[in-house]
Amino acid sequence: MSPAPSSTTPTAGAPRRWRRPPHIANARTRWALYIGATLYLLWALSSVDIDVVRLFEGMSRARTFFAAALTPDFFTRWSDIRAGILESLTMTVVATVAGIALSIPLGLGAARNLASRPVYLICRAILAGTRAFHEIILAIMLVAMFGFGPFAGVVTLVVSTIGFLGKLIAEDIEAIQWNAVEAVESAGASWLQRVVYAVLPQIMPRFIGLSLYRLDINFRESAVIGIVGAGGIGATLTTAFDRYEFEAVSAILILIITTVFIAEYIAGAIRRKVL
Amino acid sequence: MPVEQQGDTRIWRRRDRKAALRHFGVTLAVAALVVFCATIISDQTTWEFVGSAPLQGADLAMRMWPPRLSYLTELWGPVIDTIHIATLGTILGVMIASPLAFLAANNTTPSRALVRPVALALLVTSRSVNSIIWALMLVVIFGPGMLSGIIAIALRSVGFCGKLLYEAIEEIDAHTVEAVASTGASRLQVLTFGVIPQIAPAFAGISVYRWDINIREATVLGLVGAGGIGMALQGAIDTLAWSRVSVIFLVILGTVVLSEWVSAKARAAVI
Repeated sequence: MSPAPSSTTPTAGAPRRWRRPPHIANARTRWALYIGATLYLLWALSSVDIDVVRLFEGMSRARTFFAAALTPDFFTRWSDIRAGILESLTMTVVATVAGIALSIPLGLGAARNLASRPVYLICRAILAGTRAFHEIILAIMLVAMFGFGPFAGVVTLVVSTIGFLGKLIAEDIEAIQWNAVEAVESAGASWLQRVVYAVLPQIMPRFIGLSLYRLDINFRESAVIGIVGAGGIGATLTTAFDRYEFEAVSAILILIITTVFIAEYIAGAIRRKVL
Repeated sequence: MPVEQQGDTRIWRRRDRKAALRHFGVTLAVAALVVFCATIISDQTTWEFVGSAPLQGADLAMRMWPPRLSYLTELWGPVIDTIHIATLGTILGVMIASPLAFLAANNTTPSRALVRPVALALLVTSRSVNSIIWALMLVVIFGPGMLSGIIAIALRSVGFCGKLLYEAIEEIDAHTVEAVASTGASRLQVLTFGVIPQIAPAFAGISVYRWDINIREATVLGLVGAGGIGMALQGAIDTLAWSRVSVIFLVILGTVVLSEWVSAKARAAVI
């Protein structure tokens, strides 16, 4: 790469020095951006309420917290923890499968190259609606409707799974090779046959990968929606927090992380086998 | 593709007999697991509540309608706090994630046997724990407020940004790095002139993408006391002020849509 003439400084006597050209060519925009960003950062930083006294108190709490984290207690609350983890796992399985089952038709409907325009718009609207709110907010509303317990949690996870998978499936379908569809069509295939023999085989590997990834996410989310009463290990976790039982908190977190590790390993193994 | 001979006709099958049997077995096992899990959930569900859900939902909607828009004036502060939490949290997260990504990437790590696994473990740990759970812990340490929220967002972002970033680093063109190294550049110079220019667009894209996600996450951190509009939401829910809850939902929706638009624009500009 030859240096741009503007970025060299050919002063007589001194050796020529190459300087990297700036990212933003226009000096005025560049400086406006730098100054704007700095001012915004100063504003944001000044709005952070740092209570120094509280921080010092926090340090001793942090010490007990980390001490507790290093000595996880799996035994005192074991029956609660076990029940919570199992509930989270069952919720994850049911919600992921139901979510996958519902996201396939929605994904097909939201693909511009497969669906008619009204169907496309309706499915896109549903998918956008399911992704608009954070899982916790969904869970709050669904707990208010369905009552406390894992059912509300399962519905929450199903809705967020649909939003995630449906959108990605639709985008995958829009990027498929159309030749295969035409080939099957020329053999006289119906719409459904075209989907089954020409579309699905093309998106299947990535779809399986995404589903396994979502299984993972759903387990992690199930730990959070319990905080607002939607079942799972999150309920046990908040109880432990509220009672300042940090040894139990640490044990629960270790179990969550271990489960995610194992899930990631299994998912990797399945993916290698399928692809 | 297996073809079966039946009398005179040859029939095409998708799988041969052994594969079909194995496929059937796996399907059956998964189905059994799902049914088993579904019965457990169903046993713990009070079905009368589920049956009355449409009624409850309608009742809730009635209470939420009309949204009391006069509350809007009280919400600007919390909304701005939420955006600040997301931005500062993202910056802090990216600052921690970048060195970790260099330690985790196969081609830049100082030691594949020692450093890389540690960096990867840190990234997975960060990703496994949701930002709300990080916030729960940090509120205990730092007390309620924005600081806990910012650090929670940062700790959560580290895993996400670090993972995407180290994958981007592993995909760089090695020739450029070699070219820079062959001029006698030091390790640091190879990094700044060979590696960083190649990952800079990905770096910017990932940061903006995470910022967008973090806006969404920051809206609920207040539920556990970590600042932002979630605090207002918690207060409104606790006092059953549903007409206020709906205003907060509208504001959250607006913020999320806006941030998505901003991040789409910014990503289009850098990539």
